[in-house]
Amino acid sequence: MINLAGRDILHNWGKFVMTGVGLGLLIGVTLTMAGVYRGMVDDAQALIANSGADLWVVQQDTLGPYAEPSAIHDDVARDLLLQPGVMATGNVAYLTMQIQHAEQEVRIMLVGIEADKPGTPAYLISGRPITQSHYEALADIKSGLNLGERIRIRRHEYTVVGLTRRMVSSSGDPMIFVPIKDAQEVQFLKDNDALLNERARTTAPSRLPGAISPATSQMVNAVLVQLKPGFLDEEVAASIRRWKHLQSYTRAQMEEILVARLIATSAKQIFMFLVILSIVSAAIVAFIIYTMTMNKIREIAVLKLIGAGNRIISLMILQQALGLGLIGFVVGKTAATFWAPLFPKYVLLIPGDALRGFFLVMVMCALASSFAIRAALRVDPASAIGG
Amino acid sequence: MSTPAIEIVNLTKRYGQGDTAVDALKGVNMTIWPGEVVGLVGPSGSGKSTLLKCLGAVIEPTSGKMQLGGQTIFDNIWKIDDLRTLRRDRIGFVFQAPYLIPFLDVTDNIALLPMLAGVPDDKARIRARELLDALDVGHRAHAQVSQLSGGEQQRVSIARALANHPPVILADEPTAPLDSERALNVVRLLGQMAEQYQTAIIVVTHDEKIIPTFKRIYHIRDGRTYEEAGEGRTA
Repeated sequence: MINLAGRDILHNWGKFVMTGVGLGLLIGVTLTMAGVYRGMVDDAQALIANSGADLWVVQQDTLGPYAEPSAIHDDVARDLLLQPGVMATGNVAYLTMQIQHAEQEVRIMLVGIEADKPGTPAYLISGRPITQSHYEALADIKSGLNLGERIRIRRHEYTVVGLTRRMVSSSGDPMIFVPIKDAQEVQFLKDNDALLNERARTTAPSRLPGAISPATSQMVNAVLVQLKPGFLDEEVAASIRRWKHLQSYTRAQMEEILVARLIATSAKQIFMFLVILSIVSAAIVAFIIYTMTMNKIREIAVLKLIGAGNRIISLMILQQALGLGLIGFVVGKTAATFWAPLFPKYVLLIPGDALRGFFLVMVMCALASSFAIRAALRVDPASAIGG
Repeated sequence: MSTPAIEIVNLTKRYGQGDTAVDALKGVNMTIWPGEVVGLVGPSGSGKSTLLKCLGAVIEPTSGKMQLGGQTIFDNIWKIDDLRTLRRDRIGFVFQAPYLIPFLDVTDNIALLPMLAGVPDDKARIRARELLDALDVGHRAHAQVSQLSGGEQQRVSIARALANHPPVILADEPTAPLDSERALNVVRLLGQMAEQYQTAIIVVTHDEKIIPTFKRIYHIRDGRTYEEAGEGRTA
């Protein structure tokens, strides 16, 4: 038996392919939106994984350095080493800021780290780790910085000695790692006028008796903790919460904060876009298939008159709708793959989403074709006979 | 000729109900024998198309008897699928415009009918080629419909009507888009086919040029038929 759908497609292949390409671009946008969401989750997970920490110790009653402001004294890291199960600790400071690079503003997350301690990037794609106490930096490749380049951060200039990859904040800003002392200075050091004012205030004769002296230790945003093998993160975290009056999060808890809370609103936003795009795509497919069918109304009437059954006519329309969906999906997937790297934020296209997208497109096309099939089945074969 | 190909007795068709009812057919009688080409002539609104639709088993008459090859049609036991099969296997259609399927080539336009009836593709195509040769368009077997002239398209549509060797062909103004010479050729061709395949052919027409070629003519006016013997050169 002749495949009527195939013959019709071949007869009008140019029109059919162009329609498929148009639909494909829409499907490409839909797949990209899914990729944007996956990218956000992956960024959050990469942030946690790349830190190399088992626990995040932060200021009490806060959600940690990525979600809320947190400030604890940097000597906490030494105290925590005495806790059972703690193998290593590292002070970290996080600060989102703008820097100038190549005459452009670049938004970055400045991360203060202690060399060879938790928080240090696990691997470099080129260069070497920070070895000096000051003015050396590791930059994520997404920042656009190159090895040996010098960048100005507040008062000082830093030399990029190493490059990392996939080290970005939960907002997708590239990270620049500097020694913790430098980060503390950037974060907490005040300008000269502010220092003079504060000195005048704290040494004034009118100072109230019992007022607290200026702190001698520096502040950091969090202490990252690595555990000895065999110790459960939940137990050590509970112990820190109980004895140190600090908040302590396990890796799973931190992931929950980042994925389920921090990017939840963005995820819902993207989900809404996905739903709307899917509805728009379905409506467009339905309209295209309906129009294509209506253009063949005379042929359908003749086919019915000469004895073609409803199954043959329905199958012809369904196959065309699925063919359109197939072309659309291939074009959409290809387009998304090509344009994803051009997005400023990480777009992660995973095969599972593509597979789900493929089935969704096919189901959508099949459902959309039902309108055209209904219209075709209502065509009266008598309309092929004049009068 | 023991059994008429078509026999219609007192056929009526009413559209609508009550005050708005219209009687399109008011008692049509008609008998057509195998191998005969009969003209059906009448002005617009006389009931030609309604009669053709009843004969084509696409609309049900209100009353009366209609038999194809001795078998009564529309006697309350026919289902839609039965009528579809009846149209496919026992009635051929030739339209005013050829209405060929534009996305099939010439051969497949004809072979589609036997294929719908369950004939294997290769045999259906062989049958299509035979008919195309018989109608002198064998050389256009692989052409696209859009590449054919008007006359060639009408020949292909006649071949399509004959594809399942039906006992009856209904031709609705088949010569309307053709010039005199081609119109007469088509009628001559229909006569040859009727004789060769013993097919009864009803040709609905306004065409004054071809009316004298029919042996018998049915005039239809206000839903009633009147038979007239024609000069008849075709059958």
